[in-house]
Amino acid sequence: MESDFPAEHEVNDNVLVLKAQAGDREAFGQLVTRYMRRAYYAALGLTGSHEDAMDLSQEAFIRAFRARASLDPDRPFYPWLYQIVRRLCFNLARDRRTRRRRLEEATPWLRDQAGARAAVSDPGRSAERAELRGRLEAAIEALPEREREVLVLKEFEGLRYREIADLLGIPIGTVMSRLYTARRNLAEHLGDVL
Amino acid sequence: MSQRGAACGDERIRRLLMSGLDGEMPAEERKELQRLLESDPALKEEWDRLLRLKEVTDTMVFKKPPDVVWDDYWTSVYVRLERGIGWILLSLGAIVLISYGIWVGAQQFVSDVEMPLYLKVAVMATILGVVVLFVSVLREKLFMGRVERYKDIER
Repeated sequence: MESDFPAEHEVNDNVLVLKAQAGDREAFGQLVTRYMRRAYYAALGLTGSHEDAMDLSQEAFIRAFRARASLDPDRPFYPWLYQIVRRLCFNLARDRRTRRRRLEEATPWLRDQAGARAAVSDPGRSAERAELRGRLEAAIEALPEREREVLVLKEFEGLRYREIADLLGIPIGTVMSRLYTARRNLAEHLGDVL
Repeated sequence: MSQRGAACGDERIRRLLMSGLDGEMPAEERKELQRLLESDPALKEEWDRLLRLKEVTDTMVFKKPPDVVWDDYWTSVYVRLERGIGWILLSLGAIVLISYGIWVGAQQFVSDVEMPLYLKVAVMATILGVVVLFVSVLREKLFMGRVERYKDIER
């Protein structure tokens, strides 16, 4: 089965970046295929919408291709791409019209594994879990963007503190502080069900 | 303890709570956290609440889109890239052609001695207004959009 977050590759990213910089679209296509899932899920965590995540992650690749000349091939590709993804997502989230549309068209963007198991044996429990998932999604969406970002990277992308710090260019201590504030806010939102 | 010292202590405790929850804690810090939890009931209560939250978030994963999405992803990016280039070429060509048309039209318009002066002024003002609006929108798109207004704000 293909992994969502590929780790090792036969052709190094920097070789593909150099080729893409020379105008090789096929090489850029390989980079897209390699990182499309990661970019999509990063955008999904920041926007909470499949459509927006698809649109913005693709837009990030387009901007990356246009700005490829400015990329240092010796530096990792994904952190650079991630900066584009997050900037696009934050800009979208600040748009009032987007917020209004989201409230009107909210669809689940998380899947509850425990809820899926409960659905088979106990429909009542399954409904409870569905409500919990909905409330968790709403509480995450209400978080300030930088707290939300760290929380998503930790909880749903499963990155370690060092990886988050490297990706965002911030100290590990800041990662932990933001994570603490995010979790405290979530716990307050979900107070009665925890 | 000074206020600053207390704040640093709080910060250290918060970090201990996080690394304890996420399993990224060295053994010696684990003992320190254990000691703190045993001596401070309020902290223990907060720890238990965070632990319950962690149990909830651990059962949640991203909802996966259908596999077909990934099959079409690169094609979609490629088409958008191609169209972007198409739009840029079309826009540049259109700008040159329209500018040339305006220039030729303006020359004929100004040299027309039978046209009343007020009409000439009105048409020139309209053209000038369109140009100012176009430049303003273009400047906003090209320069102001690139500046992230809140990038330096730490939360």
